[in-house]
Amino acid sequence: MSQFVIKQLQCLHISPVDLSIEQGQCVSFSGPSGAGKSILLKAIIDLIPNQGEVRFADHVREQMRASDWRKLVGLLPAESFWWCDRIGQHFPTLNEQHISWFSELGFEQQVLDWEVSRCSTGERQRLALLRLLCHGPKVLLLDEPTANLDKTSSDAVEKIINEYKARYQCPVIWVSHDQQQIKRVAEQHYLLEQDGQLQKVAA
Amino acid sequence: MSVIPLSALDLFIAAGLVVLLAILSMAMQLGLGKRIIIAAIRTTVQLMLIGLVLKTLFDRAHLAWVLLLAIVMLSVAGYEVMARQKRSFGGWWGYGLGTLSMFISSFTIAIFVLIAVINVEPWYTPQYAIPLLGMMLGNTMTGVALSLDRLTTGAYEKRGIIEAQLILGYEWRPAVSEIVRESVRIGLMPMINSMAAAGIVSLPGMMTGQILGGSPPMEAVKYQILIMFMIAAGTGFASMGAVWLGAKRLFDDRQRLRLDRLRLGRS
Repeated sequence: MSQFVIKQLQCLHISPVDLSIEQGQCVSFSGPSGAGKSILLKAIIDLIPNQGEVRFADHVREQMRASDWRKLVGLLPAESFWWCDRIGQHFPTLNEQHISWFSELGFEQQVLDWEVSRCSTGERQRLALLRLLCHGPKVLLLDEPTANLDKTSSDAVEKIINEYKARYQCPVIWVSHDQQQIKRVAEQHYLLEQDGQLQKVAA
Repeated sequence: MSVIPLSALDLFIAAGLVVLLAILSMAMQLGLGKRIIIAAIRTTVQLMLIGLVLKTLFDRAHLAWVLLLAIVMLSVAGYEVMARQKRSFGGWWGYGLGTLSMFISSFTIAIFVLIAVINVEPWYTPQYAIPLLGMMLGNTMTGVALSLDRLTTGAYEKRGIIEAQLILGYEWRPAVSEIVRESVRIGLMPMINSMAAAGIVSLPGMMTGQILGGSPPMEAVKYQILIMFMIAAGTGFASMGAVWLGAKRLFDDRQRLRLDRLRLGRS
């Protein structure tokens, strides 16, 4: 059964997109910079004006409050933003599962007391992923989640996303420029061309 | 005791001071000489004109004329609010937002005070209504302009932070609440400061005028207190209203931040 279904989604220069992703399946998007990969993800969560339909299981985007839809479909943007002074103020109450994710990504719990300004770009990127996962989305849209990370951190991030996907049977869209990574994490591959056409790539 | 009339010569002597300032600033190459002279001429012409208008108005106190003048004052204040913003809303919102909130707050408070506090008969007696409204609008305008400017600039600069919260499923209100608070605070600051400094650092203009005109100081003081309270309430309510409406307008029905509704102003 198709779980996450995008029908005739259109936004700015992007041609209408039709796509369906099964539970626990990962689809990769790649393509030249400026083709609109980030725009497409933002259109899916209804953050920018767009036309078309999106649904997940029996949740229909157009019939839900936009804020509820975004809780369900979690986007990890390429650049992370923080609105409070300390890391911990951006997280909901943590349970044991959450805490184990922190340690898998190499953070002690004291990280919650850190000032955001003292964290490096790579640390912020990993913490933004944790922030998203702790909010408990049922679908993951990941915009280059390992772009600023070294090999070790990158592997840890891939591992934690795969575990999350398997445990909650999430549909996942993963934007990446790294062909090796795409092969490792995704079952289906799509290319977003400069002219805004989304093409399926043969495995 | 009545006020000593000023002759044209008296004003010429005072104008000499401004000319002296203009000459000095030209010598210092401040690039302000011409602007000082133009501003002084504008003051003279504009005040003379309003003097004529008020004279005519006082002679025939009719509600329609008072309202007409009030609307002209409001329109100009609304335009000033829009012109003072770096980024204002496009279309009618740019003009309507500030004007509407100033209209509701200034007019309601002015009419309320005329009827319930001063109790003048008829309530639109121009000697009371026009100066009260003028002082209200002048100050409210500053507050609303500061608030709206802070709101739109804040939303523009903090786009990433607002959207990061929307992405996590927050409603638009909490996502923008910090900017909203800051905007209202900035709009209210000048008024709070002037209330705190009144009488110690500065003698407010209206009170000074009344005292020069021969009113007993305590009567002038009471009126000044009344005016200060009116201005504080008017500025506060108008700023809150404008920021509330403006923040709502920054988002659409799908809770998206719509910065495309803003356009870059001239200033």
